[in-house]
Amino acid sequence: MALRMPAPDQSVLARRREIVAALREIVPGEGVIDAEEELRAYECDALSVYRQLPMVAVLPSTTEQVSRILRYCHDNKVRVVPRGAGTSLSGGALPLADGVLLGLGKFNKILDIDFANRTVTAQPGVTNLGISTAVASSGFYYAPDPSSQIACTIGGNVAENSGGVHSLKYGLTTNNVLGIEMVLVTGEVIRLGGKHLDSEGYDLLGLMIGSEGLLGVVTEVTVRILKKPSTARALLIGFPSNEAAGDCVAAIIAAGIIPGGMEMMDKPAIHATEDFVHAGYPLDVEALLIVELDGPKVEVDHLIERVAEIARARQSMMLRISESEEERVLFWAGRKSAFPAVGRITPDYMCMDGTIPRKKLPEVLARMRLLSEKHRLRFCNVFHAGDGNLHPLILFDANKSDELERAEKFGADILRLCVEVGGVLTGEHGVGIEKRDLMETMFDDIDLAQQLRIKCAFDPESLLNPGKVFPVLHRCAEMGRMVVSKGQLPFPDLPRF
Amino acid sequence: MTSPRDADDVRQMVADAAAAGTPLELVGRGTKRGLGRPVQAAATLDLSGLAGVTLYEPDELVMTALAGTPLAEIERMLAEKSQRLAFEPMDMGPLYGGAEGGASIGGVFAANLAGPGRLRHGAARDHLLGFKAVNGEGEIFKSGGRVVKNVTGYDLSKLICGSYGTLAAMTEVTFKVMPAPEKTRTVLVFGLADARAVEAMSAALGSPHEVVAAAHLPAAIARRSSVAYVASAGAGVTAVRVEGPAPSAEHRCKALRAELAGFGATEELHGMNSAKLWHEIRDVRPFAGDARPLWRLSVAPTEGPQAVARIARSAGAEWFYDWGGGLVWLAVPPAIDATAIRNALGGGHATLIRAEAGLRAVAPVFHPQPTALAALAKRVKESFDPKGILNPGRMD
Repeated sequence: MALRMPAPDQSVLARRREIVAALREIVPGEGVIDAEEELRAYECDALSVYRQLPMVAVLPSTTEQVSRILRYCHDNKVRVVPRGAGTSLSGGALPLADGVLLGLGKFNKILDIDFANRTVTAQPGVTNLGISTAVASSGFYYAPDPSSQIACTIGGNVAENSGGVHSLKYGLTTNNVLGIEMVLVTGEVIRLGGKHLDSEGYDLLGLMIGSEGLLGVVTEVTVRILKKPSTARALLIGFPSNEAAGDCVAAIIAAGIIPGGMEMMDKPAIHATEDFVHAGYPLDVEALLIVELDGPKVEVDHLIERVAEIARARQSMMLRISESEEERVLFWAGRKSAFPAVGRITPDYMCMDGTIPRKKLPEVLARMRLLSEKHRLRFCNVFHAGDGNLHPLILFDANKSDELERAEKFGADILRLCVEVGGVLTGEHGVGIEKRDLMETMFDDIDLAQQLRIKCAFDPESLLNPGKVFPVLHRCAEMGRMVVSKGQLPFPDLPRF
Repeated sequence: MTSPRDADDVRQMVADAAAAGTPLELVGRGTKRGLGRPVQAAATLDLSGLAGVTLYEPDELVMTALAGTPLAEIERMLAEKSQRLAFEPMDMGPLYGGAEGGASIGGVFAANLAGPGRLRHGAARDHLLGFKAVNGEGEIFKSGGRVVKNVTGYDLSKLICGSYGTLAAMTEVTFKVMPAPEKTRTVLVFGLADARAVEAMSAALGSPHEVVAAAHLPAAIARRSSVAYVASAGAGVTAVRVEGPAPSAEHRCKALRAELAGFGATEELHGMNSAKLWHEIRDVRPFAGDARPLWRLSVAPTEGPQAVARIARSAGAEWFYDWGGGLVWLAVPPAIDATAIRNALGGGHATLIRAEAGLRAVAPVFHPQPTALAALAKRVKESFDPKGILNPGRMD
């Protein structure tokens, strides 16, 4: 699958020097980067098989600068790619050869902590964990916890609607953000939401969250914070089959229990992580569940027992209950290091992110094994079992002739399978460039055209992060009805490493 | 009146209306027609014929229903499996002088309803996983899916919630359902003035006890409750609700009473009494029996009493608070105009939920937006309904 991006506009490239000078007028000093070696830092995000140097990078530190940059780019028809910490797994921050890379890293301040209203207002470059840290001494935290939370920024979380292992009980970014300030491509600054709930008009805040940088640039975020649960305990449960583990998950939910986290790993993932962190995972089971309950001690103790009963009635081979905070953390240690653990047993891996109806898990795992044989590549699975979000990791070696290509095809087949059984292409990593060309497996032309018309309502010239999320589109002004077309323009393939 | 039987009928009828440039008023089961600016339309598109639950998988926590399905039917099916809609959609029927239990599920999402549980569980917007709809050009489109975690494409489920039929005619909705709690307990604190009550609610909501709902009824409102403990208090009543398995609901209730004891005398409600009180609060029962203009203010919780103080103290108004102080239901004499109310807010927004049609035709029902935002909202509307035929003017 050759990745096609919009063709660089030669007339923009020809004006590079003038554009750099104009940006320096707006952001003085080192905030504008045009030297190739320095631009290397921005050539990819965490989906690092795709790389592209931006034309220029600009690092503003005020909303007014963002506004002036966007107005300039809008007036001069220059494309813009916004970027937070660059931890996207779907290529959302991949630069464009003729584009301005707009880095929000200097927006790193917490602006307001309001315990009475239980909100924090932060600039978009503050890390996800940074918000929790800022309120931790008072016993509060920000609930969504993507595994990259040390590095990923709240602005990036808004762009991607990030989840995390606790989203089953506490929701995703979209359920925890109350307001934003953002800059439209025209440079106009608007505010959506605030410390209050719900919108006075259309829920544009809800639309913005997860819009992957295509609709505007977020310059301030207000989130709600929660008091930390007083107790958390976890169970580690081994099963003789994926089916038995899947049944147990369904039975826990059917019993009316919503755990704080409920994660599943298959046998290859158990072995890879146990070899890496020695968390004490059993090696003779086919599937492992981690179920965490949080709340008052009396509730946690009560529910731990109920979950244990449910598991025992479903062929659990081993069951351990954390008796201390250290032990709880150890149960999680393997799961949380699943990606680096897999990184040790393979030169390269590709992480997929489909979501499926939970009960389809045994079927999907069985069919993934067939796909694995077909594509002659190994894989393992970590799974946010509570909400059906699968992370199959495809193992490959990019130095071997066609393995990357086979891995991409295997990945695409997995995602098609997710859609076929009633699921979706991406649960929390975003479409970006990675799943862009699979959008038509989930949406027909009318569905996509409706989404593209919304893009046009925000950004009629398609200057904000073009080439992401949607198969390449015609300009809004060229037609009354949007037509989606792929590959009709001569797009160069990007270099890949 | 046009009454489609299925999505294809809706498509055809909207396409015909678009071709003719005929504005349509979209109606589910018609319980909330009194909300919003009166729609000037040549015809009514009645979606109540699209009724029925097409998918319900309790252990997947998901349900799909045609848009005109009665909410009451859905709630009955959920109750049979000890589940519920955690956002507790309010029943607006009685506010407009109608019967109870008449709403459609499509209307619930179109109006983005939420009850007291909004604080913990979110609003309708947080539960809609996917939908099918017909846009203003008569095209059937879909968005989202049936799984909880989904970031594939724009989140139109959020946008369609609270769009009051001005973007598209929803034909089918898929939403998250949740287990009903095993036990519910409500802690009452007596005798607090508004600002102090918000402090008490903030303390409760800032505790680790997972408070689900927090409301404050000033004395004059509390008196009207059908719950004796509340009605006979002779003072303001602040109510805080917890839920969970029996041992934890009891534990939380006890811990909260201890925590709130410093604010005033406390009491606790169990079972039916607790349910009854929250039902009254959810449906704004204290103001259901009259015809005064009714406002809904959504503000930062600590702003609630301040806004009320600026608007209402001397003007014969009545009010109570939900959402920890962040939601104010305010009934006012007709003489208080929209500008006065909106000028009193220090942020947030005010919606004129109920007023006679004449007043709604002249006063902005929805909170006016700054120019750039209003222009953007208009472009978003046009991206769904370029000819402006779906519920024209309702949200103006």
